[in-house]
Amino acid sequence: MPRVSFTPNLQRHVELPPCEVVGDSVRAALEAVFSERPRARGYIVDEHGALRAHMNVFVNGTPIKDRVTLSDVLDERAEVFVMQALSGG
Amino acid sequence: MVANLLVSTRKGLFEFERGSDGWAVCDTHFLGDNVTLALHDPRDGSDYAALNHGHFGVKLHRRDKGGAWQEIATPEYPEKPAASSEVNPMSQQEREWKLSLVWALETGGANEPGVIWCGTLPGALFKSSDRGDSWQIVESLWNHELRQGWFGGGADEPGVHSVCVDPRDSAHVTVAVSCGGVWRTRDGGDNWELCAQGMRAEYMPPDEAYDQNTQDPHHMELCPGAPDNFWVQHHNGIFRSVDDSATWTEIEEAGPSVFGFGVAVHPRDPDTAWFVPGVNDQKRHAVAGQVVVTRTRDGGKSFDVLRDGLPQSNAYDLALRHALDIDSSGDVLAFGSTTGNLWLSENQGDAWSTLANHLPPIYAVRFRE
Repeated sequence: MPRVSFTPNLQRHVELPPCEVVGDSVRAALEAVFSERPRARGYIVDEHGALRAHMNVFVNGTPIKDRVTLSDVLDERAEVFVMQALSGG
Repeated sequence: MVANLLVSTRKGLFEFERGSDGWAVCDTHFLGDNVTLALHDPRDGSDYAALNHGHFGVKLHRRDKGGAWQEIATPEYPEKPAASSEVNPMSQQEREWKLSLVWALETGGANEPGVIWCGTLPGALFKSSDRGDSWQIVESLWNHELRQGWFGGGADEPGVHSVCVDPRDSAHVTVAVSCGGVWRTRDGGDNWELCAQGMRAEYMPPDEAYDQNTQDPHHMELCPGAPDNFWVQHHNGIFRSVDDSATWTEIEEAGPSVFGFGVAVHPRDPDTAWFVPGVNDQKRHAVAGQVVVTRTRDGGKSFDVLRDGLPQSNAYDLALRHALDIDSSGDVLAFGSTTGNLWLSENQGDAWSTLANHLPPIYAVRFRE
């Protein structure tokens, strides 16, 4: 299953330990996280589900392409890292 | 007399208390976080704080009386209809319907416990009927065709920063928009009318200077004891209304400058108001390096320039639009600056004492009574 990890900077707002989730896209993986920890949603995506402007998601070390619908594909061994961009904020 | 003051800053919310030795910090909340605004609700004793985490978005927190802070719901914009376009008239850029700042928080009327109004950027008004556990956008204003003509003042997008609820009638609400003039509802938000007649926008082409929909009121307050009376610190001057915002009169002289952001109005005397002037909009600092407060007691015919206790050399403080407040007695005022100075007067501004010199940049000051 894809493994999702989060920037330590998020932890003081919402506790988000690394987790393994079911999902074949970034959207599906994050929705799985949000279903367990609903408060995390607003910290990572905006009210329309797009990635916040100064957040980023890397899959296997590469930034995702689709920041709006989060359609980038995940395989079973994907390493997903939700990070805080150094821009903005 | 009040005993508590909430000071919202770039790096936390500071609570000041008046003890036997005077005013001092009694508690600190959200240290390190960007607290843009706070609100005390005297109806139930709760407090609200708006945070802007930048990367992680805007969040709202509530502290029930005697309780701890908890995160509550955040206003959410509707999805923009497919194939629709909304363009900022100044930048010609497509507008995003996404919350970027909570710019106003006010309680509803005394007879509607739990109602909170929230002004936001980009320019919208939200209402909660359950103490912020859920929010509804005020669609009648959001969908008003004139909203398309609003543009940014102090930010790229327009914003609702002032909400005044008439103490005689909770359904009578007046809001101010930078830049979108003054709007009034008499039916709790179902219908709105633009009420900025008489306001003048120096920054517009001359023929458009009196266009009501592009005025830039920096901040608006009503007199609770005489709520047909409003004062506005506008981008290029001071304006007053004595007829429930139907018409506005420009005050052309007010001490060293008519430019500023905040305004405080005496709770019972509509002729008495305070301002913190700055050099014009291009420079935005205290005039001549001297921090002063201006006060009128005669409806704007004349102004006292109040200096006692305020720095009078090499001081360039700027007080933002929510950073000046007055208590319900009408005697105690406080204001804070973007350079982290905080001053308080217990005699209507005649003399000021310094409460802090090294706070983070101050966004908002609110008495807690």
